[in-house]
Amino acid sequence: MSGKTLYQKVWETHEVRKLESGQSQLFIDLHLIHEVTSPQAFGMLRELGLGVAMPKRTFATVDHIVPTDSRQEPFADPLAQTMIEELRKNTRDFGIELFDIGSGKQGIVHVVGPEEGLTQPGFTIVCGDSHTSTHGAFGAVAFGIGTTQVRDVLATQTVAMPRLKVRRINVKGELQPGVTAKDVILHVIRTLGVKGGQGYAYEYGGPVIEKMSMEERMTVCNMSIEGGARVGYVNPDETTFAFLKGRPYAPAEDEWEAALTRWRGLASDPDAGYDDVVEINGSEIAPYVTWGINPGQAITVEEAVPDPEKVPEEEKELVREALEYMKLEPGKPILGQRIDVAFVGSCTNGRLSDLRQAARVVRSMGGRVAPGVRAIVVPGSEQVARQAEAEGLDRIFRDAGFEWRYAGCSMCLAMNPDKLVGDEISISSSNRNFKGRQGSPRGRTMLASPAMVTAAALAGEVVDVRQVLGVKA
Amino acid sequence: METIKKIRGRAVVIPGDEIDTDRIVPARYLKAVTFDGLGEALFYDERYDARGKPKDHPLNRPEHRGASVMVVGAGFGSGSSREHAPQAIKRAGFKAIIGESFAEIFFGNATQLGLACVTLDPEDLGVLAEWVRANADGEVEIDLEAGEVRFGERVAPLKIPEAAREALLSGRWDPLAELLESAAAVRRMDEKLPRPGRPGGYR
Repeated sequence: MSGKTLYQKVWETHEVRKLESGQSQLFIDLHLIHEVTSPQAFGMLRELGLGVAMPKRTFATVDHIVPTDSRQEPFADPLAQTMIEELRKNTRDFGIELFDIGSGKQGIVHVVGPEEGLTQPGFTIVCGDSHTSTHGAFGAVAFGIGTTQVRDVLATQTVAMPRLKVRRINVKGELQPGVTAKDVILHVIRTLGVKGGQGYAYEYGGPVIEKMSMEERMTVCNMSIEGGARVGYVNPDETTFAFLKGRPYAPAEDEWEAALTRWRGLASDPDAGYDDVVEINGSEIAPYVTWGINPGQAITVEEAVPDPEKVPEEEKELVREALEYMKLEPGKPILGQRIDVAFVGSCTNGRLSDLRQAARVVRSMGGRVAPGVRAIVVPGSEQVARQAEAEGLDRIFRDAGFEWRYAGCSMCLAMNPDKLVGDEISISSSNRNFKGRQGSPRGRTMLASPAMVTAAALAGEVVDVRQVLGVKA
Repeated sequence: METIKKIRGRAVVIPGDEIDTDRIVPARYLKAVTFDGLGEALFYDERYDARGKPKDHPLNRPEHRGASVMVVGAGFGSGSSREHAPQAIKRAGFKAIIGESFAEIFFGNATQLGLACVTLDPEDLGVLAEWVRANADGEVEIDLEAGEVRFGERVAPLKIPEAAREALLSGRWDPLAELLESAAAVRRMDEKLPRPGRPGGYR
């Protein structure tokens, strides 16, 4: 008999029952909410006369709509003010803890959960946000849900879900200097495609993943959904446990040993059966940049923008559409592509190690943000901001001409005032390069690592960060 | 709840693959505390220019006004989990979407709203799209019981995950009532499983 995957183990301990449709009713350990996808769910509850079943398993923060240049309320945008007030009212009415602005705990929901120790191995975690897969870095089964499901979780602490297949992704070898977790996940998505993960949970493993810090693992798991996989996770190990120890909501000292015993049993068994196994050679990965309008349209900094005439027939139309939108020339190297805006931040790359990565590039390159380029650094949470400021990172950025902002989602999806204008082209450490994603219907986005974004901000164009850092062979 | 067995209506083709939910509803239309009025935000940036003037888009063409079946390509609804996307489609009067494939979260969200998403093989889908373009006033029928899409003289076998088909046919596409039934079992599970901030759960 073969062993079990972590996904299987978590599923079995959380399945309440099979529903008539064949889906499972799944118990949710941790529910995270924010201001954009929850108000309608609370509205539905009120309409149905239902309460929140387990308010202590739901935590709220505000991230999508908050301005990052000022904390002054009322916000300049009255709709944003209405949304934050609605969240305050809903959390107060139903007894849910809110990490509000100025509490020292506010931030992007996927940064805050791990920071507070709420995100724990073996948990089922949901949030009305597709990047909930981030929490899978801890060996949790975490996925994004719609607002009607937010209602379901509030009312019952469960959701109806189909069981997924599990694909093991082994990243072998060793990352070359200047190559980051962001490059790994962009490489995985390019290799397996943006639809490749449909119906699967991705289990990331192998020496490259095992060597990663928790923040790097979060970057990888975060973008699982960009590869079509609703769930992405890493088996918990000593790195996971060391990260969690002492965090506000992590198990206390007297329970720590019991928690470790529990968590150590969660990892996929060595003889676990997978529905699919993929091998990726990590040693071959180079810094990535996207050139198109979905995250799979990515190339290494050494490559040229694809030519629609030279790609397989079934890709021609998508490549053409992407190039037309991006106004990039087929066959031209991406190196040297000029930029208007640089954005460091988001739930993908807005953590302390990402800001350190960016600051290191500023120190290596020297100089200032290139003339005509707008560059902003947005910490993922108030805590990240505090730590970065304690280390003097904010000064490094400011002195080089970057704007240092307050915590929020900011220009990843531009629901606050941070937006592209017209057909500006940005290089961004966020997760989506969709048409119009960064707030202008004609705005253009190139995704890359914080290091690559920072290097481009200073150079005014796409450069190879390995050369900047002096690590390229 | 309403059982959904057959959907019949005029159709409109939204061409292209990998149409993400940011395109279906741009993020600025998410700045609201209800889903009211979202039907008007549907594909806004593709339908209107910066000054709000209508562009040439299938949804703007008079012959497709009142269509209730949307015909799409592959990977429809990728990206953000925003339920605003299927809400906008439903509120714009659509009852079903026929495509080559759907992103998972979008599919689940749509099904929970009783918006049927079915797939055809690429060849049938191509024929359907051509037919709709040539027969704007013709009706397309989606028969979930028989597992068929019918249009003109053609009958094409449809695919839909069994759980979704069952949920639509039985009228249980909104699972809340069923989820509420097991409250006692859920409470027992809560007591057994760790909860952040509650001591005693890890042993």
